[in-house]
Amino acid sequence: MPLANGLITIFPYPPLSMDTQALTKSLFVTSVVAVFTISTPAYADGVSAGTLIENTASATYDDGDTTRTVSSNTVTVRVDELLDVTVTSLDSGPIGAQPGEAVLTFEVTNKGNGPEAYELTANPAVAGNDFETQIVNIAIDINGNGTYDPGVDEILTAPLTTAELAAEEALTVFVIVTVPDGVTDGQSSDVELLAEAVTGTGAPGTSFAGQGVDGGDAIVGSTGADDSALGRMIVGITTVDLAKSVSLLDPFGGTNAVPGTIATFTITATISGSGSVDNLVVTDAIPDGTTYAPGTLALDGDTLTDAGGDDVGEASDADGISVDLGTVAAGTIHAITFDVTLD
Amino acid sequence: MNTFKKMVAALLVLSSTAAPVAAFAQSPVSLSGDVKAVETTVDEGGNEITKLVDPNVIVPGDRLVFGTDYANNGAEPVENFVVTNPLPAAVRLAPDADPQLVVSVDAGKSWGMLASLNVISEDGTTRNASHADVTHVRWTLPMIAPGESGRLEYPAIIR
Repeated sequence: MPLANGLITIFPYPPLSMDTQALTKSLFVTSVVAVFTISTPAYADGVSAGTLIENTASATYDDGDTTRTVSSNTVTVRVDELLDVTVTSLDSGPIGAQPGEAVLTFEVTNKGNGPEAYELTANPAVAGNDFETQIVNIAIDINGNGTYDPGVDEILTAPLTTAELAAEEALTVFVIVTVPDGVTDGQSSDVELLAEAVTGTGAPGTSFAGQGVDGGDAIVGSTGADDSALGRMIVGITTVDLAKSVSLLDPFGGTNAVPGTIATFTITATISGSGSVDNLVVTDAIPDGTTYAPGTLALDGDTLTDAGGDDVGEASDADGISVDLGTVAAGTIHAITFDVTLD
Repeated sequence: MNTFKKMVAALLVLSSTAAPVAAFAQSPVSLSGDVKAVETTVDEGGNEITKLVDPNVIVPGDRLVFGTDYANNGAEPVENFVVTNPLPAAVRLAPDADPQLVVSVDAGKSWGMLASLNVISEDGTTRNASHADVTHVRWTLPMIAPGESGRLEYPAIIR
């Protein structure tokens, strides 16, 4: 890198044939240079690989009544390429999963000081897994929206290697897996994403001669030029169980099934597992030989009208009963009751 | 015209990037620069051993020592010997540099020991200069006797 020390002259450059002998040491003044910029370039994250560091000293001295100047040779060293990478999970926590496709999101960051590509490996066999997923694809978030877009985001093909990332550039990577059938609610599974510098990995300090930027060396940094992170899935399966029971009250105060006996049906909906279910609608037909007792439909003890549209329930002798429970979280129980009269 | 010459000559003196060598007669003083990397190892007793080696593989954070050997090869003493060394932009002065070292944090406009210098931040406030602000280092020797030689060094860390 050339020295950018910001000196700018405010006079024309002198002809080299100028007479220097007349100069005296009183000339050592500094006010004839205008400081154009005083800031040195910022290197927040390390000098780029391939940068040339050039150092030259110059000296002035008095030789009798003559002031002379002399420069040293310029020594140059080239900054080599540091190989460093980090991998982190971008999922805020375990993602909910059901049998079928699940997508884990990671970020791969080039922490080195030169362009580097990384080979990615997704490993579904992590100690402690309750079940093992099958890796379907590794994809790159081409449009940068942080969400896997099938058909848009780039699916990597073998070898699973990213494009070259500039120093400090980060890439969002999706690992698409299949959760097997037969998993049960609450089971968890991790997938490990490993990124390895294509130039090479190894113990910090390992160097690869001539494989850095501009033919310089590449040297493994503190990360070992590889890193991995885990993404976790927890199976969230929601189940709905319906149980129906009946109690009888005959016209004589007993429990015999005779004409005129009122049968009270109770449908108990038990939502278990984790997560929630949407659009849960419970329906039941009025049994043959019975007649719906108008105005008896109730949800959790609260009476619902028989008419449709004014609340979540509707009931009629012809169409039976229907109660729209909407979205119901796991761990809740709802009871629907209605009466019929035995014909 | 004389004033003009003086000023231009001073520019040459101060501007390390200029190459005014052709204007000067053969110099009795020689300057020879080198750079070494600092290699730190730990011996069997757990003691850190540092040694200067030729830089082989260098990366950000590594430590370099820039040295300049000087010698007066002439028959007469030279006086008021001032060696100026602009720091390459890719390095910063190491924190353990000699605190007595005369430095500049404004591209050679003003000089002093680092502790005495300030810089103006982008927001207009003034703060104490730090090692990372140093743009130049300078050594002044009152006299070099004929045949005398020596070495000047400053430690730097790759940004």
